[in-house]
Amino acid sequence: MTLKIIVKGKAQGITLVAKNPINFLGAVDKKTGKVRDEKHDLFGKSLAEKILVFPFGVGSSVGAYTIYSLKSNKCAPQAMVCLKADLTTASGCALANIPLVVASKDEYNSIRDGKKILLDAENGKIL
Amino acid sequence: MNLTKDEEAALKGEQGEILALAYRVLVAIGEATNADRLLPVEWAHLSGINYNTIGDAGEEFLARLSKDAKFKIKTTVNPMGFDFDTVSKYDLDDEFIKKQKSIKNSYEKMGAIPSFSCIPYEIFDLPKSGTHVSFAESNAVIYANSISKLKTNKEGAFSALASALTGKSPFSDLRKDETRDPNLTIRMTVDKKDELVFGLLGYYAGKVAGSSVSISGVKVPDKRSCKSLCAGMGTSGTCGMFTFGDAKGETVDFDKKEMQTIHDELNTADSGDIITLGSPQLGLDEISDLGGMLKGKNFKKRCMVFCPRAIQEQARKFGYAKEIERAGGELLYDCCICLTPLIDKKDVDGVITNSVKWCHYK
Repeated sequence: MTLKIIVKGKAQGITLVAKNPINFLGAVDKKTGKVRDEKHDLFGKSLAEKILVFPFGVGSSVGAYTIYSLKSNKCAPQAMVCLKADLTTASGCALANIPLVVASKDEYNSIRDGKKILLDAENGKIL
Repeated sequence: MNLTKDEEAALKGEQGEILALAYRVLVAIGEATNADRLLPVEWAHLSGINYNTIGDAGEEFLARLSKDAKFKIKTTVNPMGFDFDTVSKYDLDDEFIKKQKSIKNSYEKMGAIPSFSCIPYEIFDLPKSGTHVSFAESNAVIYANSISKLKTNKEGAFSALASALTGKSPFSDLRKDETRDPNLTIRMTVDKKDELVFGLLGYYAGKVAGSSVSISGVKVPDKRSCKSLCAGMGTSGTCGMFTFGDAKGETVDFDKKEMQTIHDELNTADSGDIITLGSPQLGLDEISDLGGMLKGKNFKKRCMVFCPRAIQEQARKFGYAKEIERAGGELLYDCCICLTPLIDKKDVDGVITNSVKWCHYK
């Protein structure tokens, strides 16, 4: 399995799979890591410590600061897996030093919610 | 991406956490935009200065970063929310002022030139033709690529900040000559060719064009029409440069009907309570013209005029500022109409403006 590495690193955790794209600035509470957008399929769930799997980020580029704040407030995901690399998520993960990879459609669809995985974003592997 | 030994070491943190962070940002954006390497840039122009745009998270990040970080190359900055000399005249929240002050201090501490302007191409000496720069303000990106003969991508706040810290940028998109070649021509068939028409043309072009577009059917317009074109284009899409003439590929017409459609989309009121001039900020020639037009006349409505501090100082020296203020206008600097807290939507129904860009953001 090969992945495109956007931000290097390794992380182990439970997957949290979102159906909808994420607007970090509007939809995520930077103090708790909880999704506060009622229309989002992850509404009420916390991103903290998870391996966050979502299609891509949307909305203001300032959302990158939200990702950084999540990390400072110790409620950030351990790593992220996307289907498409948007610059907001890429910048935010880079600032916060959160491993980020882009997966192909098949790889992405094979990831199940709530499973414990090891994301190796040094060598581009999910174990 | 292929990094040099030095870049690789910096990314690993061997030159400190700040450079590691900056290189992480460049590599992440480079990977996301299929760059194969980084290249040197000589000048970074940063966005993300106004507290209204970056909020508490941005303010806190910059305060922390500025404890140790220093910009490596010439770095200029976009407008803030207001200017500190006149802010006491406006009824503004103390918290906003405090946070804006902190952001200003952080950037200055890192070595930014306190330009607080969205028209760096008009107030600074330009590097030689073909030089790579890293601009994050969309109108300045398009002006730099199209008129000033510089090369920049449409950078974001973070890639430009990382460029300021490292002097590097990913080699992708508009930094490559093949991407700079337009693959679409917009043929201008509207007879009237003033600043507003060019602003609307730009807004249309931004919607239909890819990375680069050609405009035919016009002579190269004057500086202010170019500015208007750049601002309109930067607002509506991702296009980062234009040329004049016919390009290979498809041609579409910008006719009266198309112009009216854009006009009606942006123009949502018959009149306005206040007049705002700027966005982009006005240059000295625009201020001088305004001063000339006002001779013996007064504004019938409140009028706010936005320009860079450097231009304001010249406007004072030449007497234009006095004329504008005599007529009842307010000359504001270090800030611009986009996202300024000085105008509250609660108090104002409609605005009369020369800015296609602000019509989009208001």
